[in-house]
Amino acid sequence: MKFLQTILDAGGFDRMISRLAHEILERNQGVDELVVIGLRTRGEFVALRLAAKLGDIEQQQVHTGVLDVTLYRDDVRNHLRQPEVRATDITFDLNDKHVILVDDVLFTGRTVRAALNALMDLGRARSIQLVVLVDRGHRELPIRADFIGKNVPTSRGQEVRVRLREVDDTDAIDLVSIEE
Amino acid sequence: MSSLTNSHLLGLHNVPKQDIELILDSTDTFLEILDRPIKKVPTLQGQTVVNLFFENSTRTRISFELAERRLSSDVVNFSASTSSVKKGETLLDTARNIEAMKVDIVVMRHSAAGSVQFLSERCTSRFINAGDGAHEHPTQALLDMISIRQKTKTFDGLNVCIIGDIAHSRVARSNIYGLLTMGANVAVCGPASMIPYDLERLGVRIFTDIDEALHFSDVINVLRIQLERDAGANFPSLREYHNSYGITRRRLDTLGKELLILHPGPINRGVEIESEVADGPSSVILPQVTNGVAIRMAVLYLIGTRAE
Amino acid sequence: MASYLFKHARIIDPVAGLDTQKDILVVDTVIERIGEGLSASDAEVIDLKGAFITPGLCDMHVHFREPGQEHKEDIASGAAAAAAGGFTAVACMPNTDPPIDNASVALFVYGKAKGLPVDVYPIGAITKGRKGESIAPMIELREAGAVGFSDDGSPVTNTRVLRTALEYASMLDLPLIQHAEDPQLFAGGAMNESLVSTELGLPPISRLSEDAVVTRDLLFTEYVNGCYHLAHMSTSGAADAVRAAKARGLRVSCEVAPHHFTLTDEAVRGFDSNVKMNPPLRTADDVQAMKEALRDGTADAIATDHAPHAGFEKEVEFVYAPFGIIGLETAFGLSVTELLLDDWLTLPDLIEKLSTNPRRILRLPELRIAEGETANLSFLDTETQWIVDAAQFRSKSRNTPFHGRQLTGRALGIYNNGQLILHR
Repeated sequence: MKFLQTILDAGGFDRMISRLAHEILERNQGVDELVVIGLRTRGEFVALRLAAKLGDIEQQQVHTGVLDVTLYRDDVRNHLRQPEVRATDITFDLNDKHVILVDDVLFTGRTVRAALNALMDLGRARSIQLVVLVDRGHRELPIRADFIGKNVPTSRGQEVRVRLREVDDTDAIDLVSIEE
Repeated sequence: MSSLTNSHLLGLHNVPKQDIELILDSTDTFLEILDRPIKKVPTLQGQTVVNLFFENSTRTRISFELAERRLSSDVVNFSASTSSVKKGETLLDTARNIEAMKVDIVVMRHSAAGSVQFLSERCTSRFINAGDGAHEHPTQALLDMISIRQKTKTFDGLNVCIIGDIAHSRVARSNIYGLLTMGANVAVCGPASMIPYDLERLGVRIFTDIDEALHFSDVINVLRIQLERDAGANFPSLREYHNSYGITRRRLDTLGKELLILHPGPINRGVEIESEVADGPSSVILPQVTNGVAIRMAVLYLIGTRAE
Repeated sequence: MASYLFKHARIIDPVAGLDTQKDILVVDTVIERIGEGLSASDAEVIDLKGAFITPGLCDMHVHFREPGQEHKEDIASGAAAAAAGGFTAVACMPNTDPPIDNASVALFVYGKAKGLPVDVYPIGAITKGRKGESIAPMIELREAGAVGFSDDGSPVTNTRVLRTALEYASMLDLPLIQHAEDPQLFAGGAMNESLVSTELGLPPISRLSEDAVVTRDLLFTEYVNGCYHLAHMSTSGAADAVRAAKARGLRVSCEVAPHHFTLTDEAVRGFDSNVKMNPPLRTADDVQAMKEALRDGTADAIATDHAPHAGFEKEVEFVYAPFGIIGLETAFGLSVTELLLDDWLTLPDLIEKLSTNPRRILRLPELRIAEGETANLSFLDTETQWIVDAAQFRSKSRNTPFHGRQLTGRALGIYNNGQLILHR
């Protein structure tokens, strides 16, 4: 893996979360019926930060949960890979809620497809809105994000690497090459 | 590590610690699914699982079948109360038939030790042992282990005693292998006629006195006495067995500590265990059943989606 | 009349104390000449450079299944396997259907074997129908050519029958060959009782089953001054009992099967029914004890217990599979690999265990490699390495645990009854 360029540094990271929170509030007019659900693993931490930011702005607790979509993935079913399966942690009712679904990078759209199926099994949300930090293109399914931190055109031989304080040493988004 | 070392689950003998940990750790995910309104995920969609039961066991088959259906696999049940030999067919013929049916996963129960291994070596399907003779019953031991871990958090230094007819028990064998691998201190207790030859060489402590065994234990796993088989052959009478080895409230009360109590079911009330104990607060007999479905989902998931 | 000139082989005859590099000229059934640089214009010359010529090997314990179970083996296919394994003589156990418990079945075996290059001798049953209840007509059986008596496959457990049979066999100067097993202890067993059976959960067969019966039988043998032969000895306890009995001067002999000095019960871990036999594979200590017994003379003979079973009979659950493996075509290779190469036995010792002693126990004529003697010869190679391939066997059956195993030493063939069988 070869480093190509920094897309976002730690300072930019906070500003991006802040902007996304304001956009969500503007579209949804408040947080009363809002729940935030992050996709394991990095979406989980982005979701927590976003929910905290929404709570700060509105002075109100926002429900957050974590969704593990391993069991819904088509690549798992086809023996292509076997990620570690971890528990979904959503302790509240999804029915009639506006679900803010959070992931770090939007790429082929397959993970989001799996997440939508998983959410359907958990209840009937009023709406599901997708938030991503980076949309890097190359969609394989008709899926788009409602809120995008940054559009980053990439090639197939590249990868967007998101690092978060909670699991990595720092907050940063880098473009890297995965070609030999 | 997110994949099992082997593509079959034939037993827990020589299964590495990280594999057992992976199965136990994955089980939480499936327990959560069992609490949902829609208790089903699409993970094994398009995969065919055959439950090949050469020996009757409604409970184990239902537990597996629930697990299979909750993972959206196509399920076929094949029950035959007699062995292939008695039908004039060889076990190898059975293997060839399974091959021809293009089955992805075979869950197999058989009264003869080694039959599951025999077929797994001759078929391309993946095999899960649902009990073979007195050899192994790995998913039962795994569900016992998760039921223990939910209460004790760790196996390190935990004293676990298996009580009953150890010689004829596949549940005992799988528990011994799994628990030893995970770092528990394992003991067995029963009449000398029910302890298999040289067992102590596995690193297992042997008690023939139940009170000494209970004194040693943090956890006891009470095996079912096979009424039809054992009485008369391996011990003189059920009454004597109950008096000498039955788990009673009175016996437990003298210990001055609470034990965690497991039983693989179905229980013979008043024989190996008293109702008051089986239904009491220290018993995890019913959680074991729930855990059974979850652990089988975990095993099916890990075997069924294991990368080629 | 057949006439062959075997050249360049090394001749070993332990009875004559012969170990020499000479040529042998045979004409029909007789050794015509032995000498250096022989030539004979009308004889076919067979170059046996690097090989040994020895007195014909004898397997005193085989199951040829005829009459009754010819799908497993028959006398002709069994004899072909024997010849390929270097044996010129075999003794057939009587557990056929019908069993060899009367003169007519013994004569039937001789009839079927007529004209074959391998001498096939019947062993008569000890009891009628091999049921263990009343003794078979042993005098008639001997007159019909029985070379010993055995209920092999089942033990004689009725002590009164055992005593009578021992007395009768001794009177006839033939060995009573016991399959030493206690049926109550054995009940339903599938493998040796050990840590391995405990780990595998297979029904165990305790060594007590063999040891107790041997110990009891030797008391009987001593009491009636019987002539007793222990078949397929497998435990260190039985070896100790036989050793002590020989020291007391009893008329006792015993045999060991190649699998019992080669494999341990660890081999059962794969649940392959080709390692299921009776007596079962024992522990490493027992394997060592079998080698010791062969070396110190406690064990007189190596015998295969060649027990053919069809594939469909063996390809089943381990506990349901029949006991027994074939052994004629691997016996010499295993003996060289396990005993000769590791210096347990010398080649003359090995020939004693595979020819001289079993013939003596069965009261067969002694073989000599000398001019004017019967030409009953085995051709053996102790150096060639080869991989056992069951598909190449002459036996009708393939139930061997040694398929794919590398062995050193193999039989090249035999010359007997005026017939040359050579596989090279």
